[in-house]
Amino acid sequence: MLKTDVVVIGAGAVGCAIARELSKYEINVIVVDKNDDVGGDASKSNSAIIHTGYDAAPGTLESQLVVAANPMYDEVVKDLDVPFARIGAILPAITQEQYDQLPAIKEKAFRNHVYDVEFKTGEELLAMEPNLNPEVKGGLWIPRESIIDPFILVQALAENANANGVEFLLNTKVTGIKTENGKVKSVETTSGEIETTYVINAAGLYCDEIAEMVGKADYKVVARKGQFYILDKNTSCQVEHIVLPIPTKVTKGKLMCPTIHGNMLVGPTAEDQESKEDKSTSTEGLNSIAADVRNLVPNVNLRETITQYSGLRPNRNPEGLHFDMYDDLQGYVNLSGVRSTGLTLSLSMGKYVVQQLQYHGLEMTFKKNFIKERKGVVKFSECTLEEQEKLIQENPLYGNIICRCETITEAEILDAIHRPLGAKSMDAVKRRVRAGMGRCQGGFCGPKVLEILAREWQCDASEINKNVAGSYMVTGVTRR
Amino acid sequence: MSTIKKEIICTVCPRGCHMEVEGQGDQVISVTGYTCNRGLEYANTEFAHPVRILTTTVKMAGVSNDLLPVRSASPLPKEKLFDCMEVIRQTEVKLPVACHDVIISNICGTGVDIVATKSVE
Amino acid sequence: MFEINCDVVIIGGGPAGLAAAIGAKEEGAEKVLIIERDNALGGILQQCIHPGFGLTRFKEELTGPEFYGKFVDRAKELGVEYMLNSMVLSVDHENSQVICVSSEKGMTCVHAGSIVLAMGCRERTRANIVTPGTRPAGLYTAGAAQRLVNRQNIMVGKKVVILGSGDIGMIMARRMSLEGAKVVCVVELMSYLAGLTRNRVQCLDDFGIPLKLAHTITRIEGNERVTGVWVAPVDENKVPIKEQEEFIECDTVLFSVGLLPENELTRKAGIAINPITNGPEVNQYMQTSVPGVFACGNVVHVNDLADNVSEESARAGKYAAQYAMKKLPTSTGTVTCVTGRNVRYLCPQKIQKAEGSEKVSLYFRVLNPELGVKLVAKCGDEIIAQKKAFRVNPGEMDHIAVDTAKLTTDAITVEVVKED
Repeated sequence: MLKTDVVVIGAGAVGCAIARELSKYEINVIVVDKNDDVGGDASKSNSAIIHTGYDAAPGTLESQLVVAANPMYDEVVKDLDVPFARIGAILPAITQEQYDQLPAIKEKAFRNHVYDVEFKTGEELLAMEPNLNPEVKGGLWIPRESIIDPFILVQALAENANANGVEFLLNTKVTGIKTENGKVKSVETTSGEIETTYVINAAGLYCDEIAEMVGKADYKVVARKGQFYILDKNTSCQVEHIVLPIPTKVTKGKLMCPTIHGNMLVGPTAEDQESKEDKSTSTEGLNSIAADVRNLVPNVNLRETITQYSGLRPNRNPEGLHFDMYDDLQGYVNLSGVRSTGLTLSLSMGKYVVQQLQYHGLEMTFKKNFIKERKGVVKFSECTLEEQEKLIQENPLYGNIICRCETITEAEILDAIHRPLGAKSMDAVKRRVRAGMGRCQGGFCGPKVLEILAREWQCDASEINKNVAGSYMVTGVTRR
Repeated sequence: MSTIKKEIICTVCPRGCHMEVEGQGDQVISVTGYTCNRGLEYANTEFAHPVRILTTTVKMAGVSNDLLPVRSASPLPKEKLFDCMEVIRQTEVKLPVACHDVIISNICGTGVDIVATKSVE
Repeated sequence: MFEINCDVVIIGGGPAGLAAAIGAKEEGAEKVLIIERDNALGGILQQCIHPGFGLTRFKEELTGPEFYGKFVDRAKELGVEYMLNSMVLSVDHENSQVICVSSEKGMTCVHAGSIVLAMGCRERTRANIVTPGTRPAGLYTAGAAQRLVNRQNIMVGKKVVILGSGDIGMIMARRMSLEGAKVVCVVELMSYLAGLTRNRVQCLDDFGIPLKLAHTITRIEGNERVTGVWVAPVDENKVPIKEQEEFIECDTVLFSVGLLPENELTRKAGIAINPITNGPEVNQYMQTSVPGVFACGNVVHVNDLADNVSEESARAGKYAAQYAMKKLPTSTGTVTCVTGRNVRYLCPQKIQKAEGSEKVSLYFRVLNPELGVKLVAKCGDEIIAQKKAFRVNPGEMDHIAVDTAKLTTDAITVEVVKED
């Protein structure tokens, strides 16, 4: 039987951030996840924004964690080599009614300890963002709202945790949690039983099912679907900041912002649903994005879309972000309601959980040889000519462009496959190096990436998945 | 023997005339709807013995991730296409191959050869 | 950095690039170099193993490999040079050079007297047409599936629905059927066939594959692998009629929903792009808005036949060679080509007037199918060329030849008029 100190259930942003934080100490940690890659659910399908918490409900744990997390990013993205930019957000008021709401929004930001929100006139906003609705009357500027590569963030946290001794059991489903005398004893998984003192339920969408295993499901996860458009890098109408809508009583509205890689992101919808599996887009949903975002950016050209996707935010009923530990179940930590702010607060949640574990008796000794840094895949397309020459001299596969839309080389794809917690599926390659993330959506590079994956994992192409088990890419050969 | 009617869309030129052919067995009795003699000829063949060029691929010995493109040197009876595919599926060719080398001669007794459409060293 | 000098450099070794190289050589250019990203010449025709090529040019029906094979043989005979596995990263027209990369040579700078863009086109995707639903495995563009099946010895699926009745879609329907897959149906948004009638007969009818005109896929289902699609008829505004939606089970969906010229390099180089064709604007020499840069084939506008690509590309090569040798005729004025009734676009978009007269063919596509029409080219009210057409179809290119000596105004309009 595997034996450890802490089992983290879920390798999303929060699970990986907790694992990395724990890896700073002399503690044995195992992360389990049902998917074959880290960051497989909510952490991959979101708006990729690092929030300030200006609009959180003041006084809540969520407010506290988001506000604390934002400043942590500057150092972490440097240490872990994660694409990140502090581009700032604007909140334009188009109608008088919206304009009248600005003071209250600013005051709420103040109560959330976000003091750097500024008022801007309509002219100032149009100068910052020429494609804004010319009717704009004024608005707020929230300078520390930022954008990030959410895939790389999770991978980087996981890889770094792994480099510091955390074990990852992927393709592993938790089937039960054994307790004894009001204490956690072990976690039963499809990869065997793991004896442990602490269990952290960071299972996101499925956290109620895990909680059920220990009789602590006093809430239900309500999946809130968000549909998005991604627009071509060449799209005619672009924005340089995160353009946020002023929320109404009915809806929080749709935003438009650049992604860290230069595409435009437009969305999301907010649709509560029963199913945790249904991540489909719908005509109605996509059309509602078009209608809403045109109020902010009238000339947005959604026909220049290269993809649409939807993600499920793991909301809960009763609502709100919850951190729970129980007197009658020692060693068990339950996180729930980790919703749209989850990506942002993953870093502070890591700190929070570790501190709470310490309060609850986990002995914490700093690891002397903690490796703080993690290097990402070298991006050939972002190098200077001289650097590119040098890369090819050292490894000729940097001269073989596989993804022509994003200029991704074979060397980068091999790096994605062979680094720790490396890519096994098409999407795992895509989320690491962006091969297939461009305008042809893998039309050209897909067949080549498939061939490379099969070659590197020494398997048949029919064994390569798009992402999860069962998502086989091809059915076999045409000629034996 | 009873007469049958077949509607045939001409594929000789992009005009795509819709023709109606009446016949008995292999014998054409009448053709209507054609607008040129090539169309008439097409209708006659298509009614009695429709033929098609077959293009597909053949396995190359020692190569697992590439295939040799091949074709029938001339059109084959349409109803034999799947029989021919069965034979082609079982075939493996040794390299090198030159374009138009015969890969399978007289496939399925049709008198038609399957030839390479590309040279491979 | 590795440096190469040549007279004409051609980006892309598909049918366009090959024909341009031959054209340039035949015109007298000494050193002509093709830069090709694939591991062989031939471009997309390498996977187009079906017949239907060469009827115009060679008066016989060839398969894709046979067709480009002839061009490769001729190019080699003429001493055209080529670099394989080499990707062009940028076109620097100010210094008349291109930067490319390969494993073999590393970063390479090619200095050239003139540059020919022949990068071809790419396929529109499911995302481009915004088909809702899930994002499972088993969704392919028809061309990607064609590459896997014909070149990589990989079978993509067993039960297939195809969206789009363009020629590639229909040809893949036949191909998949011959390889043992069940093609459930071909779904087409328009009320008419997008490709050639002969392909409908030989690729769909022969295999009993139903064609659903005026239908579309309204939703994709399946979380891991696609499990099926919802298909509905569309009304006259192409809006799906929800009440008549039906579920069709399948494990594979092929999208054959149009091609887009691939102009990343062109855009980066600041060359003017036509918003309708999505390709560079050219004159009759296939010269772009940048004098030393020429373009041909599907990078300029999506052609219907490879034969037309070779014709146009041979011209691009010829004039690119003339430019490199400083022999391109001096322009005495520019005439703009204007689209008239039922004409979607014209290629070339401009005509350079020069000493003497010259026949220039204006290629175009119509907006809507029509029967019994006349194609007319006019300068002002004066008709300078006309010809009858039994039928015009958006899926097929038409052309009309004009005499440059007859161009009396600075604009020429081409229109399709109903015959009285």
